[in-house]
Amino acid sequence: MSANLLRRAAAQPASTLDVERIRGEFPLLHNVRVHGKRLVYLDSAASSQMPQAVIDRLVRYRTTEHANIHRGVHYLSETATAAYEGARKIARAFVNAGDEREIVFTSNATDAINLVMHGYGRRFIVAGDEIILTQLEHHANIVPWQMLCEERGARLRVVPINDAGELLLEEYERLFNPRTKFVALAHVSNALGTINPVRDMIASAHRRGVPVLIDGAQAVPHMNVDVRHLDCDFYAFSGHKMFGPTGIGVLYGKAGLLEKMQPFKGGGDMILAVSFEKTTYNVPPHKFEAGTPPIAGAIGLGAAMEYLNAVGQDRIAAHEHALLEYATDLVGGIPGVRLIGTAKEKAAVLSFYVGEIHPHDVGTLLDQEGVAVRTGHHCAQPLMQRFGVPATVRASFACYNTFADVDALAAAVRKVQQLFA
Amino acid sequence: MDPKQLYQEVILDHNKKPRNWGRLDAATHRAEGVNPLCGDHIWLALGLEGDKIAAIAFEGEGCAICKASASMMTMAVKGRSVADAETLIEHFRAMATGREAVATSGAVLGRLTVFAGVKDLPSRVKCAILPWHTLHAAFRHEATATTEGAADPVAQDA
Repeated sequence: MSANLLRRAAAQPASTLDVERIRGEFPLLHNVRVHGKRLVYLDSAASSQMPQAVIDRLVRYRTTEHANIHRGVHYLSETATAAYEGARKIARAFVNAGDEREIVFTSNATDAINLVMHGYGRRFIVAGDEIILTQLEHHANIVPWQMLCEERGARLRVVPINDAGELLLEEYERLFNPRTKFVALAHVSNALGTINPVRDMIASAHRRGVPVLIDGAQAVPHMNVDVRHLDCDFYAFSGHKMFGPTGIGVLYGKAGLLEKMQPFKGGGDMILAVSFEKTTYNVPPHKFEAGTPPIAGAIGLGAAMEYLNAVGQDRIAAHEHALLEYATDLVGGIPGVRLIGTAKEKAAVLSFYVGEIHPHDVGTLLDQEGVAVRTGHHCAQPLMQRFGVPATVRASFACYNTFADVDALAAAVRKVQQLFA
Repeated sequence: MDPKQLYQEVILDHNKKPRNWGRLDAATHRAEGVNPLCGDHIWLALGLEGDKIAAIAFEGEGCAICKASASMMTMAVKGRSVADAETLIEHFRAMATGREAVATSGAVLGRLTVFAGVKDLPSRVKCAILPWHTLHAAFRHEATATTEGAADPVAQDA
C-alpha cells in the first residue's frame, strides 16, 4: 500500500496535492452525513480521521498477527513483536531520532509529558528550582509541571505572548537564571496555531545547560519534525492527531537522559529481574513501557507515519498553508468576525469569535450545517484569559480539507450571524 | 432535533434583551453559577419577603441558551413562593434531561418548554440548567452552583 502510494505521490508535481484522491482514502468523510448535509470536518486538531491504509493495517494485525509481545517463543508472539518493534523503527525515522532506544511508546502526548515529569522531573527538580513554560501551552503541558512544583516547592515561570499570539522571545531570555532547571514548550499552539521558534529557544536553553521538552502534538501532523535538527531533549506527540489510532503516543528522549531517568510505571516488561528484595530495571525504552502496551495502536501509528511519508509532509504543509490563507481572508473578512491568533508563523488553525455570539451557540449552529468545529477553551484556559474570552470557535485543517470546506464554514458563519441579527 | 427549533425567536429575544438583568442592592439571597468547562457564568440575587420571591435579578456572561434560560426563569418565579419555584426547578431539570415528557412538564412549565429541545443536545443541557441550579443554591444560601462534577445533571440522570 505505502509503496503504491509513494509511486502515485511521486508522479505529481511537487507543489500540489491531489486532495480529491486523499479524501477518497478517508472512508469516514464519505460515510457520514450530518443533519442531512455533507460532513465538513474542521476538528482535526482535536482528533484527525483515519485513512483506509491505517484501518487495513489494524485489521490485518487483529485478524492475523495478534499475540502478546516480548514474551512468547511462538510464531504469533514473534510476529506481533516484530510488528510492534517495526513501528518503533518507523517512528525513529519519522522524527529522525538517532536510535530506536530513544522512542518510547506512551498512550498519548499527555502521557509522554507525564512520563518526563515523573521520570526526569521528580528525579532532578528540587525546592527553589524553576521551570519555564509559555502562555500558549495546552493544559497537558501545564498541569504536570504544576503538580511537580507543588510537590517539590519549585516554581513555574511563564513566557508571555503578544496580541498576535507570538511568544515574546526577549522575555523568554530574561526568565532564565541559575535556578532554571527545565523548559517545556509547545511546538505549535493547539488553540491559535502559532508555530514557535523552538529550535532557537532550545539553543538558548542549552547555552545555560537547561534541558527542553517540546510538546509536538500539533506539529507532527503538519510539518517535518527532525528532533536532531531541533536538538530537543524530549519530544512528545499523539497518534490520533496524525491519522493514527487513539491510545498511542510517542516520547522521543535523548538516550543519555532516558538512561538517567527513573521509571514512571512499574510492572512487567520494564524489568530485567525481580525478587522481593530488589528489581533490576530494563533499559530504555522498555524501562518506560510497563505492562502490555497498545500493540495495535503502535502498529497503526506506524502505518499512519508511512501514510504521511507517502503523501509528503512538505506538500501537506503547503496545501494547509494555502487553506489557512484562504480561510483567514474569507472568514476573517466577514464583518464582526474577530480572529484570535494572527501569528506570522501559523499552522492551519483558525480560532475566532463571531460578534458577541457565544462560541457554543456558533458551534451548535455550525453543526447544523454539517460543519464540525471545536468550541471551548481548547484546554488552554490561561491563553483564553490572555485574550479576555472564555472560549473560541476553532476550525482546524488537515490534508483532506478543501477550499470548498472553507466556503462551507464561511457560509455557515454568515447564517449564524443572520439568526442572531 | 433541529437546533433552529431551539434557537427560536423567544430564546433569541431573551438572549438579546434579558429581563430582570442587573443587580439587587437589598438582596436577601445570592448565588453565583459557573460552568468552568464552557465558560457560562451568572450572578443571581433574590429579595425574599417571607416565602415570596419579591425581587430577582441576574447578570452574567454565557451562551444564548444559558442567558435566555436565566431571563425566562426570573420571569417565571418572580412573585411566586419558594416552594413553587422549587417545583419549577424539578420539572425544568426533568424536561431538559429528557426524564419527563414535555407533555407532562408543559402543564407546569408553560413557555419554558421552548427549552425542551436541549435534551437532544447533551453538550448544551448544562447551559439551560445552570440558572436553575443557581436559583436552588441561592435558596439554600449556598454561594456557588455548578452543573459539573457531582452536580452534573446529565451524568446523574443518565
